[in-house]
Amino acid sequence: MQIDRRLLIHFDWTLLGMVLAIASLGILNLYSATAKMEMPGTPFYLKQIFWLLIGLLMMVTVAFIEYRFYSDFAYIAYAITLFLLIIVLGYGIITSGAQRWVKIGTFSFQPSEFVKISLILALAKFFHRPPHRKGYSLKQLLLPFLLLFLPMGLILKQPDLGTAIMLLFIFFSILIFVKVRWPSLLIIGLSGAGLVPLLWNFLKEYQKKRILTFFNPDMDPLGAGYHLIQSKIAVGSGGVMGKGFMKGTQCKLGFLPEQQTDFIFSALGEEWGLIGSLFIVGLYLALVLWGLRIAVQAKDRFGAIIAFGVVAMFFWHIFINIGMVLGIMPVVGIPLPLFSYGGSFMISTLVGVGLLLNVSMRRYLF
Amino acid sequence: MMELNTQRMEDFKGIYKYLVVFVGLAFLFIFIRLWSLQVIKGSDLRRLSENNCVRLRENPADRGMLLDRKGHILAHNRPSFEVYLIPEDLKSNPEVLVEVGRILNTTQDEIEQKIKAQKKRAPFKPVRIKSDIDWKELAVLESNRVHLPGLLVDVRPMRAYDYGSLASHLIGYLGEVDENELKQSKETPYRMGALIGKYGVEYRWENDLRGTDGGRQIEVDALGREIRPLGIVEPFPGNNLFLTIDLALQKTAEEAYQDKNGALVAMDPQTGRILAMVSKPSFEPNIFARNILSEEWKSLVENPHHPLQNKGIQGQYPAGSTFKIVTAIAGLESGMITPNTQFICQGAFPYGNRNFRCWKEGGHGAISLHRALVESCDIYFYQVGLKVGVDLIAHYANEFGLGKMTGISLPHERPGTVPSSSWKKKRFGVPWYTGETLSFSVGQGYLNATPLQLLMLISGVANGGKQYLPQVVERVEDIYGKKIKEYPPVELRKANVSEKTLKIVQEALRGAVNDPHGTGWTCALKDVKVAGKTGTAQVVRLPDNFKKGDMDRVPLKFRDHAWFVAYAPFEDPKIAIAVLVEHGGFGASAAAPIAKKVIEKYLNLEPSPPFKMADKQSDLDHAD
Repeated sequence: MQIDRRLLIHFDWTLLGMVLAIASLGILNLYSATAKMEMPGTPFYLKQIFWLLIGLLMMVTVAFIEYRFYSDFAYIAYAITLFLLIIVLGYGIITSGAQRWVKIGTFSFQPSEFVKISLILALAKFFHRPPHRKGYSLKQLLLPFLLLFLPMGLILKQPDLGTAIMLLFIFFSILIFVKVRWPSLLIIGLSGAGLVPLLWNFLKEYQKKRILTFFNPDMDPLGAGYHLIQSKIAVGSGGVMGKGFMKGTQCKLGFLPEQQTDFIFSALGEEWGLIGSLFIVGLYLALVLWGLRIAVQAKDRFGAIIAFGVVAMFFWHIFINIGMVLGIMPVVGIPLPLFSYGGSFMISTLVGVGLLLNVSMRRYLF
Repeated sequence: MMELNTQRMEDFKGIYKYLVVFVGLAFLFIFIRLWSLQVIKGSDLRRLSENNCVRLRENPADRGMLLDRKGHILAHNRPSFEVYLIPEDLKSNPEVLVEVGRILNTTQDEIEQKIKAQKKRAPFKPVRIKSDIDWKELAVLESNRVHLPGLLVDVRPMRAYDYGSLASHLIGYLGEVDENELKQSKETPYRMGALIGKYGVEYRWENDLRGTDGGRQIEVDALGREIRPLGIVEPFPGNNLFLTIDLALQKTAEEAYQDKNGALVAMDPQTGRILAMVSKPSFEPNIFARNILSEEWKSLVENPHHPLQNKGIQGQYPAGSTFKIVTAIAGLESGMITPNTQFICQGAFPYGNRNFRCWKEGGHGAISLHRALVESCDIYFYQVGLKVGVDLIAHYANEFGLGKMTGISLPHERPGTVPSSSWKKKRFGVPWYTGETLSFSVGQGYLNATPLQLLMLISGVANGGKQYLPQVVERVEDIYGKKIKEYPPVELRKANVSEKTLKIVQEALRGAVNDPHGTGWTCALKDVKVAGKTGTAQVVRLPDNFKKGDMDRVPLKFRDHAWFVAYAPFEDPKIAIAVLVEHGGFGASAAAPIAKKVIEKYLNLEPSPPFKMADKQSDLDHAD
């Protein structure tokens, strides 16, 4: 496929610049946060650089293939990731109590990460046909709901509440974006609220307890609640100026679980203080707003919905993760894009960026 | 490739400004929170972080109690005072180590080793130095506590088994949770160092017994002393288990063994509930509750009599003459013999190049089924075996559940072996020899069974062929006495054997205990009719010219195992029992008297001296 020269002219250097800036700072932060961890093998930050490079390669590939081409494969990609989820339940590797990983050769990866992308593609494909008059009706939404519930059920079974919630949030964000009729939206909301107590009775005792703890960490001051206190201490002790690079103590002493993944932001807050935190949060805000602009300026519906889905994914990840570290969101396992350690998550994030770049640079073409 | 669809793009543009506002508000929320944590509460939180002020204290739940069927407590928890040190606090006060060592009578080295052993410890997590300290040590430690930063004395529940080794194999023991178990308990994780059930009922009902651990989050000062609690979760005790065994009966059974080794299982044949379960030698479960010492563990594992094995379900022995019950049933059911079929016993039976002998040297003469079972004539059953054939005998053995696990809810049950011609071909690659059928038909050779399996056999016979799943727990109650689970009797199978056949065998088993010349006479009771069968399981094959009376001169480890299986009362069986005495010699002299004591106790009968028989033969003591 020959690359159109116009593509290079319209290439979105601003977006790429923001992403590279966040990712570099992320690796610096990961280096500091895990410096004192005694781990056999390659240190986390080196592995993360490796994942970043792989991810950038995939990002460029994804960006330069004309995105309309993806519409032909949207449902197939969706089916493949769904199949991988089933494989995970059957043959997956169990780590810290959940079965999330699939091993291919020496690589193991988390299919649930890629479900987020394939769900966005599948929904974009479905919604690229515009609704009549006042927006989509309830009857038209049957298939999208099916598209959501299949992977969500499989992921809940792993169990991975964080990713399942993510799918739900992405899904509803897209529903609002593509315009669903207000009465339908109301019915969905009400029946969702009505279903909660019904589903509640089906849950086992330990599941109920777990969910209650999610929303009220004080119920479990020894597990999640303890981590929350430690996380708040870490961020708060950074003060305005921070303790300085490599000078944090909370994270390094191992008070926080998953310090390199879900709680990575607490290391930033501790070492860089309010100044550093605001800088990163500001970059994230710019990234999200820039992404929104890409979505509304897209050439066609398919591109717009893809771009919006990716932005919604980023936004919810950022908001829930930082909110959780700061103690304003329940502790659910949702990582921070470009900051948290993890290969599958890094790649799926950068594939998302690739899609954004793709839509962005083709906004004047076709 | 699909065509461009650019309709109604204005929908997106319309919602754009709302989205921007929403995102802005969300980030504003984050900003406010950052401000409040880092600017407003910043110095407070920094102080907390510098002193590492928040500590976690565990508060483990009481384990559920084990009670017998009548509510006697077999296992409970008692408070134990445990001494912990927090290594991080010791760094600035190394003299604490010496002082604590002096008070507890241990050396500094020993304490340091214990601290080093906990490699994966989270920071500031206390290390247990000594558990179950006595009052004197406690008093000295507590009064010096102010001078001993980094020291922590905590009360923990400790498992206590008031009857010591009583029913230890059934109850089981505890042990420290290992890495595998830590990984597997994903829903409700264990804390490191938790004691969990490793064997017996303690293991199988772990999830009911464990309860929910609690704990406290506390703020401490720079010396590690508690200032105030930040959060508390109360522990919740585990559920109580009502076992099916009867404490008094279990005691009687254990005492009846004196210093002999072996296994006894008794159950109610009409429900499958286990009434007593003895395995000797036994072990002391209390030493597991306080973390077993390595030398104690070693001596248990290396003991040649396997005290850690529940021989009732894990020991596999040749069934000996008790298996004649199956051979008799196979003969009758196949029509190869009738109750009147007679064979001649001359004390020996030449077959192939071997001389198969009867335990009775002079022979039984012309003998039919009833007397053959009563007097346990080997030669009669050799001939029945030859007529019926190995596979049909194996079929009836399987009908009564031999050769497969009973499914009792205890770990490590063994299935035993029921040989057949196809089994031998598969196992050894050679065909079955007819000569082997002779050994098989009297329960020797390849045949292996656990005491529980033979108990199932005799219960099946007692109960018209019906066998119930052997169960050890009757019900589970929470601490308020509310029933959580109940285990009603479960019918496992009904052996496909005619009532007529069973009646004939039952009569013969009654004869074996009560008739003149019956081999099980040592279990005869005055007021109640017992039905039973003796047996001897060969450990080694003794030379053909060996005299039975010479058994006392054989080294103990080569002596035969003694069997006795029985049920009583004959008319309405309330208890079935299987007794095995390892290297006990003969069933009548070693095993049957034990069964007698247990049956007497269960049926509330007066203990009676051995029933004198008018024409008791001296060699009946050595009957097979």
